[in-house]
Amino acid sequence: MSVAVTIETIEKRFENFPALRGVSLDIQPGELVALLGPSGSGKTTLLRLIAGLEEADRGRVLFGETDTRELSLRDRRIGFVFQQYALFKTMNVAENIGFGLKSRPRHERPSKDEIRKRVSGLLDLVQLPGLEKRYPSQLSGGQRQRVALARALAIEPRVLLLDEPFGALDAKVRKDLRAWLRELHGRTGHTTVFVTHDQEEALELADRVAILNEGRIEQVGSADDVYDHPATPFICEFLGEVNKLPVKVVGSQAFFGDRPVLGGLSQNQGGPASLYVRPQHLRIVDETPLALPGTVEHLRRNGPIRRAEVAVEGLKKRLEVDLASQVAPAIGERIRLRITHGNLFAAA
Amino acid sequence: MSDTTLPSASASTKPRGTSRARGESPAVQIVLIAVSLAFLLLFLLLPLVTVFVEAAAKGWEAYRAAITEPDAQAAIRLTLLVAAIAVPFNVVVGIAAAWAIAKFEFRGKDLLISLIDLPFSVSPVISGLVFVLLFGAQGYFGPWLQANDLKIVFALPGLILATVFVTFPFVARELIPHMQSLGSSDEEAAMTLGASPWRVFFSVTLPNVKWSLFYGVLLCNARAMGEFGAVAVVSGKIRGLTNTMPLHIEILYNEYMGAAAFAVASLLAGLALVTLVLKTLLEWHYGDVIAASRHH
Amino acid sequence: MTAATTTFRWREPSILPGFGLALGITVTALSLIVLIPLAALFLKAASAGPADIWAVASSPRTLAALKLSFTAALFAALVNAVFGLILAWVLVRYDFPGRRLIDAAVDLPFALPTAVAGISLAAIYAPNGWVGSLLAPLAFKISIPFTDLSFGFDGKVAYTPLGVMVALIFIGLPFVVRTVQPVLEELQSDVEEAAALLGASRSRTIFRVVLPQVLPALMTGSILAFARAVGEYGSVIFIAGNVPMVSEIAPLLIVIRLEQFDYAGAAVVATMMLLISFTLILGGNLIQARARRRFGDV
Repeated sequence: MSVAVTIETIEKRFENFPALRGVSLDIQPGELVALLGPSGSGKTTLLRLIAGLEEADRGRVLFGETDTRELSLRDRRIGFVFQQYALFKTMNVAENIGFGLKSRPRHERPSKDEIRKRVSGLLDLVQLPGLEKRYPSQLSGGQRQRVALARALAIEPRVLLLDEPFGALDAKVRKDLRAWLRELHGRTGHTTVFVTHDQEEALELADRVAILNEGRIEQVGSADDVYDHPATPFICEFLGEVNKLPVKVVGSQAFFGDRPVLGGLSQNQGGPASLYVRPQHLRIVDETPLALPGTVEHLRRNGPIRRAEVAVEGLKKRLEVDLASQVAPAIGERIRLRITHGNLFAAA
Repeated sequence: MSDTTLPSASASTKPRGTSRARGESPAVQIVLIAVSLAFLLLFLLLPLVTVFVEAAAKGWEAYRAAITEPDAQAAIRLTLLVAAIAVPFNVVVGIAAAWAIAKFEFRGKDLLISLIDLPFSVSPVISGLVFVLLFGAQGYFGPWLQANDLKIVFALPGLILATVFVTFPFVARELIPHMQSLGSSDEEAAMTLGASPWRVFFSVTLPNVKWSLFYGVLLCNARAMGEFGAVAVVSGKIRGLTNTMPLHIEILYNEYMGAAAFAVASLLAGLALVTLVLKTLLEWHYGDVIAASRHH
Repeated sequence: MTAATTTFRWREPSILPGFGLALGITVTALSLIVLIPLAALFLKAASAGPADIWAVASSPRTLAALKLSFTAALFAALVNAVFGLILAWVLVRYDFPGRRLIDAAVDLPFALPTAVAGISLAAIYAPNGWVGSLLAPLAFKISIPFTDLSFGFDGKVAYTPLGVMVALIFIGLPFVVRTVQPVLEELQSDVEEAAALLGASRSRTIFRVVLPQVLPALMTGSILAFARAVGEYGSVIFIAGNVPMVSEIAPLLIVIRLEQFDYAGAAVVATMMLLISFTLILGGNLIQARARRRFGDV
């Protein structure tokens, strides 16, 4: 049922705006992949290209061995969940879900009884049993979302595509549906691609995340890959809060001014670079080697985490530092910070 | 951080209208466009063109004679006079109605709106008939009017009443939705700054709604000058006295003076074209402020 | 309306002035110009007495005129529903040279005085007119075997009920186009894409997904066109020929009764027309309201 999706060097322009500039991506059968990026990065265009709603200027999309350019929209068998769900508002829930099956050519069309059974099975699957006769206007946002998903699953899609699946929902419903979708994917095993601009959502849900920026895929990998080893400064900044230090690499050490702040570097060829350090990778220490002195200027709480803003001489922006539970520096206190993990990018 | 992002964030960048899934095949498109054009040509453009062609059929001299002969001149003057009274009247009432309806909440508002729209669904002939029933020789006030030597039906007052009746909703209908969408905060701000009520109206409200007011006046005027059925009933069609341009056209046409009828008609068709052009320009430039209700 | 819930209040308080004056002008003008005259009409009709009302209402000439007015208006509304929908679709969805010009031209019947349209249509469709002369050779007649039903076309449009319909199509078209157009413009594209991806053919998408959403507006527009057509006078009388029992419309019958100083007769016919029209408009509004309740913001 599920197929591999191969995207080969896709290019797509809208009038004078290049939406995609040479995008390639291999998706395994049954894989759950997130297309992550800021608005305008081309992620929705890529999703619509896979669906066949847009045509590429160059490049192609393969389902298994089949070139999709030879397939009609119907023959692609795509389950697509639109951002605003695109439910048919003049049809009730059962008619919405059954629409795809009833649209099949007569000899492939299941009987009315069979369709009714399938619809009720799908409603059970999306945990909305008994809502057949409701109209979309009578459903909550989360219910509409799940009806849209059931409608997409009804045609037994080869690939399931979701455009900002949780974008239109409020925070609480969004979290619940996320866990549920993960579990549903585990059960049904469809090759699934979803678009999101929310890095938390992408990292939590997807087997692999493809991060797009300005029409290019900058990195593809598991959540851990992209978070711990970001390929570019853009990804590093996009995936979460990060402090940026201008450093100079000499040998195996990175120097901030004339002070070594990070050691054990291997692959760098030396020279000026930017060191990206997340707040949780800065620790207050007592010893001096490889430590950065600074002054605590502000303390605040950010949900479960306490934060210190630390001014460092020679750095315009204060460093954001997550505090371990046992540490409680005072405002104005002089402290030393050790960098436990950082990402180094040669200065452009 | 992730919880505060708006759903529209990426929707806005979505390419519009280029989708393959949304179009008909070129052949179907061409057929539909051709059907539309043929339909419009046959039912709309042909009648318009015919007016000018028939008007010119007997040459320039005949055309000039038809529109300058005394009865035609009297009809033109009367039409202008009726419109010059009916349109300002409806402007005043339309503004009053829009002010009451858009700026205040009161009981019976929906009913009032429906009643203002009522003349749209009344046959023009009936719009004239009601005044004959009131003021005609056998009407409710007929004997009294005769006793006092007053004339309403078959005279100018009747023409004006019938015209006001059929054009009653035009101005109000454009102003009400526009003023409702603007709300009252501008006026309230001006009031708290100490402006007098009339000053608030003329320096705050009126400038805000001037384009929809103009739009309403344009449509009101076109209908006032072109009205036929209602006016035909109350006019008595006395040449040179109670004959408006549309009625004059009818008389000429019935007397087999086709070219003359079309000559006078071409003036009204010209008025219609000017109205259409102005209306279209207004819609192109101020379409967002003019009420969505483009019908009537 | 947001009237007070606990105590009755005639209106919500506001710091803005002029409510009394504005409402006073409105209600006075409305009463004097519209309401009292219409009341006089109903009063006059009622004062005729049941026997006379029945005599007028059931006279073959009245019935024939009402039947012609309503059936011709209905037929014209149906033609306009079909072509108005196509026209609105073409104007909203396709791009072609002259589109904006055509869009503007749709309003011509609103702007062109009815008498002008009337003499022009009569000239075009008269037997020696531009279109009339082309149609004359196309006369045909079809009889259905074993019944006495037959229908045909004798080559004439002007001075027949067909002519009435032509005029009513002319004046009704913009009502349909202008009511349907904004609804088509606001249709979300994703719904059609969803249908296509679910495997629906383009025609199935249009007939099962798109048109049901447009239907309430199409009905409203058609009812507006119909209501206007029932009462139409100026554009019809020149082309209709006005043969009693054949091509005489109800508004003309009112005028004829008036010219005969039969005020009560005129009032009865007028009242019948108004009652039928109001009922139809009310029915249309109810359908619209029901659709909105069920399908949300259609």
